Amino acid sequence: MHLSPLHMHIPDGFLSLAISIICWAFTIILDGVAISRTNKSLGERQVPLMGIMAAFIFAAQMINFPVAGGTSGHLLGGALAAITLGPWAAMLVMTSVIAVQGLLFQDGGLTVMGANILNMGLVTVVIGYGLYRSVLGRNQTMKLVIAGLAAWLSVMGGALLTSLELWLSGTAKLDIVIPAMLSVHALIGIGEALITVAALAFIFRTRPDLLGEESVSAKGGRGWALAGILVTLIVVLLSPLASVNPDGLNRVAMDLGFITTAQTATGPLAGYNLPFLGKTPLSRIAAGAIGVLVVLGLAFLAGRALRKKS
Amino acid sequence: MHADAFDRYHHGHSLLHHLDARIKVVVTVAFILSNVLLPDGAWAAFGLAFIFLLIANALSQLGFGFTLKRSFVALPFALAAVTAVFSIPGHALAEWHLGMITLIPTDAGLLRFVSILVRSWLSVQMAILLVSVTEFPDIIHALTHLYVPSIITTIIAFLYRYLFVLTDEVMRLMRARQARSAAAPGSRSGGNVWWQARVAGNMAGQLFLRSYERSDRIYNAMLSRGYKGQWMAMHVQRIQLRDWLVGVAAVCGLIVMQIVGRL
Repeated sequence: MHLSPLHMHIPDGFLSLAISIICWAFTIILDGVAISRTNKSLGERQVPLMGIMAAFIFAAQMINFPVAGGTSGHLLGGALAAITLGPWAAMLVMTSVIAVQGLLFQDGGLTVMGANILNMGLVTVVIGYGLYRSVLGRNQTMKLVIAGLAAWLSVMGGALLTSLELWLSGTAKLDIVIPAMLSVHALIGIGEALITVAALAFIFRTRPDLLGEESVSAKGGRGWALAGILVTLIVVLLSPLASVNPDGLNRVAMDLGFITTAQTATGPLAGYNLPFLGKTPLSRIAAGAIGVLVVLGLAFLAGRALRKKS
Repeated sequence: MHADAFDRYHHGHSLLHHLDARIKVVVTVAFILSNVLLPDGAWAAFGLAFIFLLIANALSQLGFGFTLKRSFVALPFALAAVTAVFSIPGHALAEWHLGMITLIPTDAGLLRFVSILVRSWLSVQMAILLVSVTEFPDIIHALTHLYVPSIITTIIAFLYRYLFVLTDEVMRLMRARQARSAAAPGSRSGGNVWWQARVAGNMAGQLFLRSYERSDRIYNAMLSRGYKGQWMAMHVQRIQLRDWLVGVAAVCGLIVMQIVGRL
């Protein structure tokens, strides 16, 4: 039984060590915050709930519906989990799902698991919950439309991040991998959006209490809306930029010191440098990562400040 | 569906089966890490890694080519790496014109592509071997001891425990859908794509509610049996001298591999 609905699970060996470590760092930080948040806010009753919900996401990924030409629509579930469980719990649930896919079914590698969790489990949750949080208080149609959009964007965000990681690792050519990944996942994302919207509509009809205003807003502050919109903007702006102007992005990455290893390759053994020992300036890589972290941190602080005012 | 439907474990009494799960997890991750660290085109070292893998296969008593037969799961992803052939500057091997695009495969690019495939192919086999000789609850237990946060390992334990139950639930839903959307000659089953998507979404919603309500019952049942927020393990894991020896030998092998790869 094949369980992976998306070709987004990166296997071992496809990412360079530096990119793997950076992705692990993001994943560990986000999951660390998620753990401390859930430990504070949730009772011990919630842990079995999250476990069953992880099994639910796993099982729900098997649900498919036929689309034209032998292809089928699937669910990834990040956005759905985020909206129904809240962002922090959903992050841990998605982390566990992807960990089991990698460990038990070899869907995705072990050393690159940080990247897989980041792409499919964390970014999807930030976009999914963030956008949904921003339309809280509106009518149900609006909520469902935004939930669908968020589900589609979450798949696109994951695909974009996957392509960028592959490219920065020197595994894929930017001007091929970005259009290929994004066009395929634009279609896959429609399936995701349709299933997410229909599932939410079903829950609204049968157990509206689970999606009540208070229960959703209690799970994450208003900063989430900001974070979601910010990440969405990055995805929306970066995707066309990367597709239309790969040279520009290439130059940025070169300036940041990411792909000098690939550029200096001349023959066997000469091209590959350990990021920590070779010519690649580690300081620049670290600077890039720290820059992203600072932006994230600022967004988070801004979110907290906004929440306190409200 | 039976509880072991998703298990990849192959029962046995080999050295690897009885090795401490922590050692197995650490050596597997170290082996994969070592593959990632090997330079492109370090064929001698890749050969040693393959021998390492064959030895592990032999020690598992599952057959020499056990993991070989199952090793092509990561192959579809190779498509993404094909582009490396054209993206890395080097000596041009040819020049292909495809309409607007000119593709120039280079020797350095080809070297990188093949190296990526070899790394991935070796790594996935070790990961397969790990779950074939270790029961999954033991892996979860080992992860807890290796400082993976307990909330994550607990979620994973629940996920593993109830996956087959919820899969049964999905199978029931899918069977019901199939039974109620009959295909007649000249018209396919069900409605158009929108109808199909809505039904699939309703199934996902239904599954969500059934899982949600089930989790309540499960929690109450666990409480009544003395659950205190911790999972209990039947067999306590202790690292013995033999485990240490195997672990150290494996790490030494990996270090030799790295040295050979850099000569």
